[in-house]
Amino acid sequence: MEITMENPKKKDVVLDSIVDTSLKKTPKIETKNIKVWYEEFNAIKGISMSIKPNTVTAFIGPSGCGKSTFLRLFNRMNDYVDGFSLEGKIKINGQNIYKKNVNVEELRKEVGMVFQKPNPFPKSIFDNVAYGLKIQGIKDKQLINDRVISSLKQVGLWEEVKDDLKKSGLALSGGQQQRLCIARTLAVEPSIILMDEPTSALDPISTAKIEELIFQLKQKYTIVIVTHNMQQASRISDYTAFFYLGELIEFNKTKNIFTNPEKKQTENYITGRFG
Amino acid sequence: MNNIQKNRWKDQAFKFWGIFCTMIGLVLLTIFIGDILIDGIRRIDWDFITDLPSRKAENSGIYTALMGSIWILALTTIIAFPVGVAAGIYLEEYAKNNKLAGLLEINISNLAGVPSIIYGLLGLEVFVRIMNLGASVLAGSLTLSLLILPIVIVSTREAIKAVPQSIKDASFALGASKWQTIWHQILPASGGGILTGVILALSRAVGETAPLIVVGALAYVPFAPQSPMDEFSVMPIQIFNWISRPQAGFIENAAAAIIILLGITFIMNGIAVYFRNKWQKKWK
Repeated sequence: MEITMENPKKKDVVLDSIVDTSLKKTPKIETKNIKVWYEEFNAIKGISMSIKPNTVTAFIGPSGCGKSTFLRLFNRMNDYVDGFSLEGKIKINGQNIYKKNVNVEELRKEVGMVFQKPNPFPKSIFDNVAYGLKIQGIKDKQLINDRVISSLKQVGLWEEVKDDLKKSGLALSGGQQQRLCIARTLAVEPSIILMDEPTSALDPISTAKIEELIFQLKQKYTIVIVTHNMQQASRISDYTAFFYLGELIEFNKTKNIFTNPEKKQTENYITGRFG
Repeated sequence: MNNIQKNRWKDQAFKFWGIFCTMIGLVLLTIFIGDILIDGIRRIDWDFITDLPSRKAENSGIYTALMGSIWILALTTIIAFPVGVAAGIYLEEYAKNNKLAGLLEINISNLAGVPSIIYGLLGLEVFVRIMNLGASVLAGSLTLSLLILPIVIVSTREAIKAVPQSIKDASFALGASKWQTIWHQILPASGGGILTGVILALSRAVGETAPLIVVGALAYVPFAPQSPMDEFSVMPIQIFNWISRPQAGFIENAAAAIIILLGITFIMNGIAVYFRNKWQKKWK
């Protein structure tokens, strides 16, 4: 109580979040005191945060700060890394995703991921988008067809590729490939999309297209994006989390982080004084 | 002579040394093939391929040995291909970085270096005697399968290793299971490399002599094998047998058989190169 009295800014935030949760049900992603080790190395040192549905949350921080590791916890992509171990709880849609009986394949249908480098399969454009459906055992051609078309339309690729659906996905330009990868993710109909520096390998024009796309996708999906581009974070995200050396230094509305950060470290990083 | 000139001279000298070394192998091989062709090409006709072996050189043919080799090749493929590829997939995708995998890996590398006659002795003991298969095509194929398994496993692993991690990540992230990722992404992407390795291993198997002699392949078989349990001979053994005879006619037969055996090997290697190129193109 005393603290809130002394620090009116913090009180605002607390009230704000109370109002938000009452309006928007439960958090989409919730982590409690997460710690991650790779062998002896403590990559994440106790992070708790909750991410609201239909928002874009940006993870920023210098290389090696653990933001990608943290992102990859949400669809359990770290499971394959040697020596990985985890402590703490991560709930998605209210369910602990690291419980023993969780079906990882089902989780990944709910939580899609887009990678740093566009990585289309060496298959046709159509097969790239249809892949996620085919591995689910869906045989209904009409359904697959519809889903491929609507996914390609959502990412704004349909007009560009509608006559070359049989062409290899690798024949597209880098920016188109990345949008193809997003379409591939959308086709599975996830509710969360994780993006690990999705534009770092792209030119400014392709980047702008992806950013606009992210803005639109927010209507239907919850998006978490790792980025090294400070302007990008401030342009597209609603919330920003600043990580440093495996700790969550500050997590707040993007507006607050970029105009009025609470911590000195955050301010130094976003103004380019270190990082 | 200043430094730059000296370096340039060294550069030239090494280039010519390299050309010379490359030529040694090629020239010797050309001389050998030329010599064989001169000796044997006139002997090759349809009769030579379809005739059974005979005491008289001019009536002898390679039919039984050729059919024996084809039987051996087919059965060895059926046995070694699925076993070797599955072992390679297991070692590369499932058994990563534990002690057992390390032990297996060292042993497989060592197996690749074991002399082929040792495999023959193993085959004699296990397949011919313990499993009581006799000196049959099946026993011979099992023995040769053991011989080429390490090569198949190693080349499968190399081919799988070449598949980019980003492709596997993408597949997993879309909710694919490990097996789906292997079946839909890893195998199609590494198929060319795996096939190349298997074919090269088989073209080695088709030329093997020692282990088959130990297993009990015969130099003289009156009939071509009709089933996996039949006795058999193979091309290299037939060649070896003819060369050890004094009559000039058999030497000519041996040369002709060598040409055919070389032809088979070249064709198999050609197929391997074709597959490799075809798959590489798919990635571009």
